[in-house]
Formats: sequence, C-alpha cells, structure tokens
Amino acid sequence: MKGRNKVNSTLKYDLVVIGGGPAGMAAALEAKNNGVEKIIILERAETLGGILEQCIHTGFGLHYFGEELSGPEYAHRFIELVEQTDIEVKTDTMVISISKDRIVTAVNKEDGFIQINATAIILAMGCRERPRGALDISGSRASGVMTAGAAQKFVNIDGYMPGKKIVILGSGDIGLIMARRMTLEGAEVKMVCELMPYSGGLTRNIVQCLDDFGIPLKLSCTVIEVHGNERVEGITIAQVDKNRNIIEGTQEFVECDTLLLSVGLIPENELSKQIGIDMDGITSGPVVNEMRETSLSGVFACGNVLQVHDLVDYVTKESQIAGLGAAKFIANGGSADAKYAFTKGINGVRYIVPQRVNINSTEEIKLYFRVGDVYKNSKVVVSVGDEVLYEKRKQKLAPGEMENVTLTVEMLGKIKENDEIIVAIKER
Amino acid sequence: MFYDIAIIGAGVIGSLTARKLSEYNLKIALLEKCNDVACATSKANSGIVHAGFDARPGTIKAKLNVDGAKMMPEVCETLHVPYKDIGSLVVAFSEEEMKTLEKLYQRGITNGLDADSMEIIDKDALFKMEPNISPNAVGALLAKTAGIVCPYELTIAAAECAATNGVEFLRNCGVTAIKFENDTFILSTEQGEISAKYIINAAGLHADNISRMIGDDSVNIKARLGEYALLDKSVGGVVNHVIFQCPTELGKGVLVSPTVDGNVIVGPTTVEVEDKDSVSIAQEALKNVFKSACLSVPSLSMRNTITSFGGLRAHDVTSDFVIGASKVNGKFINVAGIESPGLASSPAIAEYVAEVFESIYDGTLEKKTNYNPSRKEPVKFREMTDDQRRELIAKNNTYGRIICRCETVTEGEIIDAINSPVGARDVDGVKRRTRAGMGRCQSGFCGSKVMEILSRELNVPINEITKFGGKSDILYERTK
Repeated sequence: MKGRNKVNSTLKYDLVVIGGGPAGMAAALEAKNNGVEKIIILERAETLGGILEQCIHTGFGLHYFGEELSGPEYAHRFIELVEQTDIEVKTDTMVISISKDRIVTAVNKEDGFIQINATAIILAMGCRERPRGALDISGSRASGVMTAGAAQKFVNIDGYMPGKKIVILGSGDIGLIMARRMTLEGAEVKMVCELMPYSGGLTRNIVQCLDDFGIPLKLSCTVIEVHGNERVEGITIAQVDKNRNIIEGTQEFVECDTLLLSVGLIPENELSKQIGIDMDGITSGPVVNEMRETSLSGVFACGNVLQVHDLVDYVTKESQIAGLGAAKFIANGGSADAKYAFTKGINGVRYIVPQRVNINSTEEIKLYFRVGDVYKNSKVVVSVGDEVLYEKRKQKLAPGEMENVTLTVEMLGKIKENDEIIVAIKER
Repeated sequence: MFYDIAIIGAGVIGSLTARKLSEYNLKIALLEKCNDVACATSKANSGIVHAGFDARPGTIKAKLNVDGAKMMPEVCETLHVPYKDIGSLVVAFSEEEMKTLEKLYQRGITNGLDADSMEIIDKDALFKMEPNISPNAVGALLAKTAGIVCPYELTIAAAECAATNGVEFLRNCGVTAIKFENDTFILSTEQGEISAKYIINAAGLHADNISRMIGDDSVNIKARLGEYALLDKSVGGVVNHVIFQCPTELGKGVLVSPTVDGNVIVGPTTVEVEDKDSVSIAQEALKNVFKSACLSVPSLSMRNTITSFGGLRAHDVTSDFVIGASKVNGKFINVAGIESPGLASSPAIAEYVAEVFESIYDGTLEKKTNYNPSRKEPVKFREMTDDQRRELIAKNNTYGRIICRCETVTEGEIIDAINSPVGARDVDGVKRRTRAGMGRCQSGFCGSKVMEILSRELNVPINEITKFGGKSDILYERTK
C-alpha cells in the first residue's frame, strides 16, 4: 500500500523549470504566453533572480530592453512579470534528482520532500566558477583564496570585505567587474593576471573596470604559488610563453592578502548527466536542437547550463526559444516531421549551439558560437558541402564575445537531412 | 584546572587514546593547539588501512599495524565511521618485481598476517579485478584485509566518543612549557595553567618539542611532506582496490585508491621539510606523481583533479613508532613517530598506550559502569533513501534545506556538526564533518552560507568566523 500512497502524493505539472534565474524565468514566461497552464519554477536560492541578484553593476539589458540596467533591476523586471502570472514558484528548493520519465524530486523546508510528474522539463541551473583545485598553483591552503563570484556575494549581498590587497587571476568578466568593485570599496587591486595573450572578458569591461582605475592587466602571466600559512601573505607570478610554459627568471613576488579567481565557468549539469542526456564536450552543456530540446524528448535546456554566455540578454532570448519549444511539446507531444542536420565549427570556431537543427523549421534559426582565438578582419562563412550559404565580414572576433549567424528559411531549404552545416573563420 | 591525564594532541592517536582511557574513572583533558581535532597529519594522508606486510619484521610498527588493521572494521562500525574492506594490490611490472611480491608475502606471514588473507595473482586475475590497470602489469599481491577509512572522520568520531565519556576537549590550547612539581605536571598553555598527574604525548610533528619540555631528548621528529591530488567522483570507478606499486630502493611508489566518499586519491610524494607547520605543495611534484601513477593506471588525468593537498608525516629518526614511558619521567608517555602505517595501527596503538598507562598508574584503576564505546550516528542525507529523507525532513525541516549543492549537505547536518560533543568552530571543521564544500565547486556556492550558520549557531559576528582558526580570517570589516 505504501507504493500507492507515493503515487498519490506525486504532484502533476505541465512544465517544471529547474532554476529561477534569468533563464528559468524567461523560459517559464514564454511557455505561459504560449498557452502552457500548470508551470512551476524550482529555485535553490532564497529568491528568484539567480546570480543577477549579486551583480549590482550596470550593463545589463542593452540588447533586450535597449537601456542599461543593473543585474537586480534586470532580474526584477522578470520577477514582476512572473508574479503577474499564475506560474508557481518554490524558492529555497533544491532539486536532488530527475528521472528519464520526467519525475522531478526536490526538497525544501516548507513542503519537505516533493515529487513532481512533469510533461516537460526545462533545465536552467546556470553555471559555477572553476575552483582553485583545477589550477596549477603551488603553495599553501591559506585563507584568502576564493572565486571572484564568491567575493562578489560577500561584498554585494553580505556587506563584508574579503580582502584589502587583492590580486585577480583570470580576466573573465566577473574578475574584471570585481577589480572595479573592490577598488570602489577601498581595497587595493594590484593587478589582474591573464594566462592567455588576450583577455577572456568583454572589451567594455576591460576599459571601464581596469583602464579607468589604472589597474594593470598582465597578459601571458599567471600565479604559480600562494604564500602564507594561515592567511595569504603574497603570491608569486610569472610570465608564460606561447605554449603557456613558465618563462624562467620572470618570477616575481607580489604582496597581497587575497587572490580572487576568475578562471572560467562550468555549466552545472549534474542533473542532466544523471539522466543520461547527450553532452557537448566543448560547451559542457547538453546537445540541443533549435528549440533547445536535449537528446531526451521533453527535456529542454537554456541559459548558462547550456553554454556560458557573456550577456544576460542572450540568455533571455535563448530561454524564450526553450520556453516556446516546451510549449509546443506540451501541446503536440514533439514534432514528428522533424528532419535534422548537424552543425559543426571548424577553423577557429570552437563550438556551435544548437548542435542540430530541424531543416523543416518554418522560422529562421540563429547559430551561436565562440571562436578559439582573436581574429582581426576576417570572415565568418557558413557552408554545406561545397555550397557557401552565407558570409559575413567581421572586424574583430574574440573568445570572450559570443557571436551568431542566422540560417534563413531559404538557406534551410538548401540543407538536406543529416547534412553537416559548417561554420568557419576565414582570415582575409 | 586539575586532571589525572593530559593528552597532548588531538590527532587520530590522541583521540583514540582519549577514547580508550575514558573507559576508566579518571579526569582526562585532550589538549589541541589548533581550533579542531584532526588538524595536521590526521586530516591529510592516504586514508589507507594497510594490511601489514610492509613494515620491517620485529618492529613495533609491524606488530601494531597487523593488530590495528584487524581491529579497524569493528572500531569503525562501533563509531559509525565508514570503512571499506576493498583490499589492496601491489602491482608488479616485471618478473623481478614478481619476486619482490614473493618477499612481501613472506614478510606478511612473518608479521602475523593469516596466510589466506594474501594471494599472489596472475595477470588475468588482476585484469578481472582491475580492468583499467596498465597492460604492462604482470601480476599482483592481493591483500584482502587492507581497507580504506576517512582519517579525519575516524578522529572526530573518536574524540566525540571520548567527550561523551567525560573527556574535556581543550582547543587552541598549545603547550608552551611543562614543569614537574610535587608529583604533578604543570603545563603552561595558551589557555592558562593545567595540572595533570600523567601526560600522554601524542603531539605528532611536535612530539619531540613536547618531550624536550621535560628534558627528554630521545624523540627526534622529521617532517616529511606527502602531496596528493583528489579526483572528481566522475572517475570514481577507475580502480576498485588500493593500488600500490612495488616498493623499490627509492620508496613505496605512488598509490591510486578509491576514497570512502567515492573520489579517487593519487599520491603521495615524500619530501623532507624544515617547517613543521607548512603544507605548501609544489605543482611540479604533483605532475610527477601523476606521471608515476599513470604507470599503474594509464587513464588517470590531472584534469580530473578537484583539489590537491599536502600532509606532513611525523617520521622519527629510528624509523619506528616510539611508544612508552619516558626514561626521564615515568609518568610521561611518548606516543611519537606515528607515520604510515599509523592510521592502520591507530586502534592498536590506543590499546597499547592504555597497557603502558596501566603499568605505570599509581593505584587501582576503576572502569566506568556507563562507558559508551560509540557516538551519536551523524545524519548523512546524501546516503539516505527517498523514504528516509521524507521521514527525516518531516521530523526536522532543517534537513530540507540543502546548503552544499555538490555534496548534497543539508542545513540540519551543519547544525549537528556545530553542536556535536566536539563541534565544528570554523569552515574547515564543518567541511570535514559534513563534506560541505568538498565537492566540485570547492565551497564557491556554500562557503558564505556555512559561515552564516556558524555565525548564528555560535552567536559570533560573521567576520570572526575563520577558515581553520588562528589568523585564517575570511572576512574583514564591513563595506562602506
């Protein structure tokens, strides 16, 4: 009889959205606008908004809203929209497992142990920062080494300073933003070290967060050792050659009490892997089609869990696609007439999302991609077999900025099932 | 403060000894210079219960290793500490090394191991057990009684058991001087003067400094650094046994082993270091460790490392454990030089120290009638079934709030860790008791939440919460 009780206590929803950040909210809203009735968002933090809640700087919304908003402002526009609908929200709620037959298991303090039977699931769990363990840094395990995002939470949410003399390793956007933030709070940011010969962050952040404050950006430079037994007392930096090997003799001691790490983001796909969704080795996110449906029918993914974005505006757009895809799936139970071609990046194009596209799509499809190096005065070329479908000149392409090209319905008409759609960089 | 016994050092040896001696009706203090138990050697080692074929026959090490390994499963069960009897394999890569295995087998017999607890297996049998082992392997020595245990969890459990039986745990209580007057030791500590009739010196790396305080210079500890890499759980199944290489004149080689929590540990190096408190590790050395480990298991990749760490081993210049009453003062017992296989030996060491204590004790020892050999079993949400979880949260909803996403640790477990008989006082203490912060993100998400809970439960401002006590501050003043 125990089994029967369990079935009765299982809730039923048309759509379960895992994660209430910008991705989850946009996806849920889009699904609602397309007629999905019973939707629930499960969010592990205390509030909706995700990481935006701690991003109090401006620069959000330029593409989507055409104005410059802070992170919380951007989030709150969506929170208000969610509140105006009958989308249910459970915060402080952690999804601990999902199953192939789309049963979502979660826990929280109010409801205890929850199981939800979902017609469709949208994965919107976001990403996490790469920790120190993955890096080649010798030395002690002293206090004072943390990720830039963790420091951002201490400063912006908790209101405490995690350090006074700071070195930042990695010129990802969070690192750049934190260089400015810590300076404004009275800390001395000595430098930002970047292993690569170029920054991984947005150009506007390098100008506004480093140049404007006279903070040096040391390229081809890394931290090789942390000193201090209890609290960090300093670090050793060194120059690296083009193979990223340390150049002997360039080692230099820098006195500091804090080392912030901004060395990359990793999509949080533990749940996706649990149910055996096909993953892309480069993005570390699921393989999806143009509606952001994963290899598991009825399970969609969007936002930073799918691919790490630089701009939340793009997260919103991508998530709306997933929300629409889920709505269509819930209404029709998947598209039977779909015929897929596959996307592939070569010649400097590291990856493309989506990885497969329905050539019978009646809407144009945008392919998002990143390059693996800095290119100046080059062309982006889209081709199938010998036929070039599209070419676009680009002044500058950089790994830190996500690019996109559009496949029009006309172009899709030229592609056959199982074709490889190649996106390549051609230097001029 | 007056005690019958002062035990100096709350590592695995001090804590298990405190537990053993808490069977008697005596007033015992367990003194620790750090902010927690298991803060040095006991928190950073291989976590392996060696079977006992390795130690030189006739040494105290050899005897206590074999005895300790036999006791370990039961001690762990009683203390609710995970122990896995996965066995170990010494892998040979040449016919010559096969001969070494033969010698190791014989040495095991000499040391007192049961003949049927060891077996020399051929290549086929080895590959059936370990499909990922290098194709260059030709055979192995299987030791069925070897196992793995979490060294700090064992220490914490032993200290909690001791505390439950009346032992007082005094943290941040480093001993700076010892006088002996009127048949009583007077210990100057960071927490003031403490008197004790007997002292047990389990000070690990600093055991020689402590024994010198009574004028005994027979102990000479050298610190040997061992560097390790801990790999993600996603590669957890790469080996099923503790994989050793054949010992050569250069040393024991590098081991690859599962941990009780499902990670893989690779290491260690052996570097003699001057500073007994510095566990600074060198990346270059870790790369060499991987190179060596790949000889046994070629598919290992440094890319799966989630953290690396160093641990210092207390090596006595005699290369044996130094256990016994001091020749300078018969009421002072040294338990020093406890390097590998110290963890495996630890339950036997505690028994042995108790025997030494009984032999020197002035008077009649009475056993407690209400001695409890166990401790309260900690809640481990991540290991529960869904039904157990449902029930648990219904009883106490703090177990419904997940704090550490990577390791699925709940607020309730963190509260338990802080309020246990030997509770966590800092972020690392919570981590060792609950695994919060030990996963892939290495506390990126939960670090600040753990600090909030510590601050709330201990009723101290959040910027006074440290990483591991002392000056390991995390936060400074408030923002503008």
